[in-house]
Amino acid sequence: MSERVVITGMGVCAPNGIGLEAFGKAMDTGQSGIRFIPELKALEFGCQIAGEPHISEGVLDSYFTPLQRRGLNATGIIYGVIAGTDAWKDAGLSEAPSDTPDWDSGILFGTGTLGVAKFHEAIHLIDNKQVRRLGSTTVIQTMASGVSAYLGGILGCGNQVTTNSSACTTGTEGILMGYERIASGKAKRMLTGSCSDSGPYVWAGFDAMRILPRNYNDTPETASRPMSASAAGFVPGSGAGALVLESLSSARARGAKIYSEVLGGSLNSGGQRRDGSMTAPNSEAVQRCIQQAIHNSGIQKSDIDCINGHLTATAKDALEIENWSQALERSGTDFPMINSFKGHFGHCLSAAGSIESVAAVLQFEKNRIFGTLNCEDVHPEITKCIDTDSIPHETRDYSPNVLAKASFGFGDVNACVIFKRFAD
Amino acid sequence: MTKEERYEKLKDIIKIYLPEDVSVEAITMESHFINELNINSANLVDIILDVEDEFDIQLENEDMDRMQTVKDALQIIEGKLD
Repeated sequence: MSERVVITGMGVCAPNGIGLEAFGKAMDTGQSGIRFIPELKALEFGCQIAGEPHISEGVLDSYFTPLQRRGLNATGIIYGVIAGTDAWKDAGLSEAPSDTPDWDSGILFGTGTLGVAKFHEAIHLIDNKQVRRLGSTTVIQTMASGVSAYLGGILGCGNQVTTNSSACTTGTEGILMGYERIASGKAKRMLTGSCSDSGPYVWAGFDAMRILPRNYNDTPETASRPMSASAAGFVPGSGAGALVLESLSSARARGAKIYSEVLGGSLNSGGQRRDGSMTAPNSEAVQRCIQQAIHNSGIQKSDIDCINGHLTATAKDALEIENWSQALERSGTDFPMINSFKGHFGHCLSAAGSIESVAAVLQFEKNRIFGTLNCEDVHPEITKCIDTDSIPHETRDYSPNVLAKASFGFGDVNACVIFKRFAD
Repeated sequence: MTKEERYEKLKDIIKIYLPEDVSVEAITMESHFINELNINSANLVDIILDVEDEFDIQLENEDMDRMQTVKDALQIIEGKLD
């Protein structure tokens, strides 16, 4: 007997919108969050554009105390705290009282690497023999679990408080890890989410790998081209997304609003065997992950009517479509609707899975399917496999019932989660 | 700089580190940073850095160990400025 798990709150800090309302509107209208970043030009990056949330001083003041703001130089923590506290509030939950933690609530907030700019600041001091000048927050801003630690203190969560990390799979993996903790009865609520720092020190390695687009520095909004024949690489992004997962019994007892049910999913790895490598997925593993997610969720392949892919806007997008098609044994006009949100805000790396899941789940409430930007020239290998009508270019009315969301990451790791429109 | 001015400057530094339930008015010469003002011990390190910047002095390890109360801090600052 396992607990049913539902989503009762969401928060987001994305390049194209901070807060659910602004983000939902940006997704609905196809507003891009990708901009030219002068710092990247000054540093002579090949790719000088990125997706970065713009956080005003006023916003910072409303989420952090003056003491927390002192020397705060970890953008991942800033994005994560904004998305996480928003999700908590959206779920109708409050901070635990000052004398007792909320033993039934935990946090699982992932990241790839955290506080890179803070670390850069520290390294300069250390190399100048100024270790004593580091201050007290270098550790907490650069430890991977820093984001969950900040949120844990603000919200007063007393269940498991931890951080997961699996490259670009992180956010989607976290949802499944939180789901399992609630399904097994170990927690009533898990704030699951993920964040990714912004800035040159995070993105430089990808630029060096020559996998970012270099010819769109003057036209940033058209650079990220998922599923397109002219896809030229992924645009680096950053931000955070957060979802409050809760047992159905707890949500009912509180009379909480329910965005959707999490039916389950699957996590696996291709072991960097066959066509899998450190940076490329093993197709067999991707297909097994999708099929196992369907099996674990107790649904049929034909039940899926909407997919939000990983689809980063590289030459590999066609292979991902083929993997979905093979895994679902569906092609042509029988293929479900599929979209990618990376055209809107780029590839937010460790934050991708959570930001995209927030957007994907919003589609249930809005009865809309969000468009995929910049894929007017769908790749011919994709149209050979699925009908072009499966790919909405613009947002349109649609009422998804069962939605599959997948993320794949460096290290040949995969995650696929199944969301279902909530019904008793 | 008068003694009073140094005290006011120090209070200005300390106030940001006070927990929500401790007000600036609670700061007296005799206040113990950790036991009475409830300042997180990790933040004492930051108070020391702020003091160094504000008074343009450098504190040694033994100064830091000795700095338990507001009065200790003022005496150490005075000693360095003289």
